[in-house]
Amino acid sequence: MRYIKASFFILLTILLVYALNRTWGVVPAFGPLLSPFVGFWQNAETTEAADEELILKGTRAPVTIVFDDLAIPHVFAENDRDAYFAQGYLTARDRLWQMEFQTHAAAGRVAEIVGDRALELDRYNRRLGMGFGAERSVKAMLTDPRSRESVEAYTAGVNAYISQLSPAQYPLEYKLLGYKPEPWQTIKCAYFLKYMSGVLALGADDLNMSNVLRRIGPAATADLFPDYPFREDPIIPVGTSWDFKPVAVPATPPNAFTSSEPLAMKWPDHDPAIGSNNWAVGPQKSATGYPILANDPHLSLSLPSIWYQMQLVTPTMNVYGATMPGAPGVIIGFNKQVAWGVTNVGADVLDFYQIRFRDASQREYWHDNRWKPVTRRIERIKVKGQADVIDTVLYTHHGPVMYMAGQKPFAKNVPVGYAARWIAHEESNDFLTYYLLDRAKNHADYREALRYYGAPAQNFVFADVARDIAISPNGRFPLKWKDQGKFLLDGTNPAHDWQGWIPAAHNPHVKNPPRGFVSSANQSSTDPTYPYYINWQFAPYERGVRINQRLARMKQATPDSLRQLQNDNMNVRAANALPVFLNYVQPQKLTGQQSNALAVLKAWRYNNDVSEIAPTIFTEWTRQCMEAVWNDNFPSNDSTTLRYPSFDRTLQLAEKDPGANWFDDVNTPARETINDVLTQSFRAAVDSLTRQHGPLGTSWQWGKHKATRISHLARLDALSALNVQIGGGGGIVNATTERTGPSWRMVVALGPKPRAYGVYPGGQSGNPGSPHYLNMLETWRTGQLNELLFLLSADEKHVRIRRRVTIK
Amino acid sequence: MRQIIAIAVLSLLVQLVFPWWSLAVVSFAVCCWRSPGAGRAFLYGFVGVGIVWLLYALMIQLRTDGVFVGRMSELLFRTNGGVLPVLVTTLVSGLVGGLAGATGFFVRQASGNQIENRIS
Repeated sequence: MRYIKASFFILLTILLVYALNRTWGVVPAFGPLLSPFVGFWQNAETTEAADEELILKGTRAPVTIVFDDLAIPHVFAENDRDAYFAQGYLTARDRLWQMEFQTHAAAGRVAEIVGDRALELDRYNRRLGMGFGAERSVKAMLTDPRSRESVEAYTAGVNAYISQLSPAQYPLEYKLLGYKPEPWQTIKCAYFLKYMSGVLALGADDLNMSNVLRRIGPAATADLFPDYPFREDPIIPVGTSWDFKPVAVPATPPNAFTSSEPLAMKWPDHDPAIGSNNWAVGPQKSATGYPILANDPHLSLSLPSIWYQMQLVTPTMNVYGATMPGAPGVIIGFNKQVAWGVTNVGADVLDFYQIRFRDASQREYWHDNRWKPVTRRIERIKVKGQADVIDTVLYTHHGPVMYMAGQKPFAKNVPVGYAARWIAHEESNDFLTYYLLDRAKNHADYREALRYYGAPAQNFVFADVARDIAISPNGRFPLKWKDQGKFLLDGTNPAHDWQGWIPAAHNPHVKNPPRGFVSSANQSSTDPTYPYYINWQFAPYERGVRINQRLARMKQATPDSLRQLQNDNMNVRAANALPVFLNYVQPQKLTGQQSNALAVLKAWRYNNDVSEIAPTIFTEWTRQCMEAVWNDNFPSNDSTTLRYPSFDRTLQLAEKDPGANWFDDVNTPARETINDVLTQSFRAAVDSLTRQHGPLGTSWQWGKHKATRISHLARLDALSALNVQIGGGGGIVNATTERTGPSWRMVVALGPKPRAYGVYPGGQSGNPGSPHYLNMLETWRTGQLNELLFLLSADEKHVRIRRRVTIK
Repeated sequence: MRQIIAIAVLSLLVQLVFPWWSLAVVSFAVCCWRSPGAGRAFLYGFVGVGIVWLLYALMIQLRTDGVFVGRMSELLFRTNGGVLPVLVTTLVSGLVGGLAGATGFFVRQASGNQIENRIS
């Protein structure tokens, strides 16, 4: 009996320890997590104040790091290698979980951490060829000695941090999810780039457009989905002459735009609110006579912060700016002579090809009048708590076959596959561009740096102390016939292949335009006179035109004038649309509440400020209006997905062709007019908002309705910033929407010594237990900027310097 | 009392080096060495181990501003407050320590030397 009791209690104790020592699905391992010795308590940090000396044995000479009051490191190294080593080390110290998680995501390795609920995501990333692309990129990176040194030193720095970590020091997320960091590898830097390409260069409407074409035919498609918008203000100012002799563009093949089967392939929507602003004002517009440059990249706002500020000083450079955890060097920043920034181009660099296989074995496919071999890539996906999943991905010369139509195991017909041709599969050394920009001294250096850049294509804005300003939509662009890839392409026809590249020197660019400023906000790169095809659609023009209007009027600009422009809340879409739309609303058909809402809209000055009610009504109305006008003509269902024409085209119809048949709802026998559509959608919008927020009142305010959210990467609300009260919105210069917004704001005034300002919604530390996790949020929310401390030497005295760390 | 102090001091020391569950080994060993009954052994283990986690957690919470502990409370227990994390932390460790302590007693009983030390 005694033995049974003793054995029972031994077993019970062991079971309890076991149960507390492991994760159960999403439930963390409470034992180690709650332990004050190793658990989350250990992640509670206080502000570090003491100087420190770290013996890492990874640098050639001692490196001094000066931390300022925002915990931003300023690295002083005697050689480049040591600087990148320190960058890797410091980034890992503040952001290890984030950098590993993002590269795991790109590599299709999330199921390894969270189990089978991430399996589809992993499969998607692998079928997209992320690994294939990363392997090619890392090869290019390691070929050039400059990028090789930076990537390898950065990797060594990250590993120097990981190797001396004890489990108690693991970032919180490892403790919550129950895994541990693995050594960093150079290919992870490439995976990070692919991750960014995935965010910025995966827009593809090819399939929806092919379905649209099938439904309404080529003439109506060309009419409703034009290649250049009704209202536009392109990045390269209209009238700029092209300083090159264009190379021959491949001829458009006959029957290029006839589509066959209706297509059911699901392509995840890519958020149109992901875009950015940048601009530079020339000497004639600036108070000091030196250019001033501004940039705010808009991304899905997330925590830990997307960017990590750093200054890197070596004999070859002194650069300050925003780095990205996972990539060596500064991505957006400035040095003594130059400043630069980026916005996304949105080029059509992802196309889908219909593949005709020879038979069900899928070993050969038809191209250029012969059968060509399919290569296979085995993807082994590890799944937490389960057996590995093996996925075989078929590769054609176009790229990986992402989807198979009619993928039924016993289908008799030979399946048709869709292969993805994507720019991120190309070998390219994008880091070299940033390496060179970090050291650039003038406009010629900037032009040289841009030559190496592949993807995701960016509008690189530039200003220097020699008083030059410039901008260039830049990246590797396939040399396409007009509208190639607007619709699905034929994978059997070599005329549909990408046939070379637009020469880098022919990428659109402008230097010192007569208007005295350059700018971009993801709108059309050029007007239709540009001799090459980049894409048929770009982000709507509203942010761009607002920026240009204000810059055109600006005189004696200071950094503060540019900061104010970054926070501009003018709703250009409303200013264009309301004077037209309001004419068609029939007031006699509105209830009391609806009439009150109409009165609010009529009194509005088109500002998306945080306490305005009109933006809430306008946004919901335009959404309902687009549905009402187009859903009957372009209904999506499980087997076919279509898309709607742009808002720009819809507004053009309302202005120029209000009698168009498109306003009729084809599903009703009656003939609806534009009056009916706009009145009905207005009523629906007000009713929907009433259901959501109660009667018209302060609960309808834009800030409350929008409730901007900065979400933790693992989607943990408790570690996120919720309901951030801020104005702006989609299509507004202050592009803060529900989930997306300015992930970094920077203003740099060039001069004898550059003066720069910046902020991001978060903080330097990725540790939710650090005082520097969210300490910049309020500054960001209120539209303020912190001065960026640009130090010239490690010994420089400044009140904002907090401590020094030496790495030996 | 001696046992509680022994468990507290020893479990603190081993946890500086070994994984968190080493506290169970300490509580087990001490109660196997000396414990008058299952209930008392559980109490020794619970208090000896729990007091260390309680004081360490409190110390960390007081040293930092408590914002983070509030976030963790939100994350783990869906309510924002500083009390619950400390309480649960103490309870979890106490439960393991106590159970290990009781096990220590029963093993001691099974090995037949419980009578001699009953009074200690």
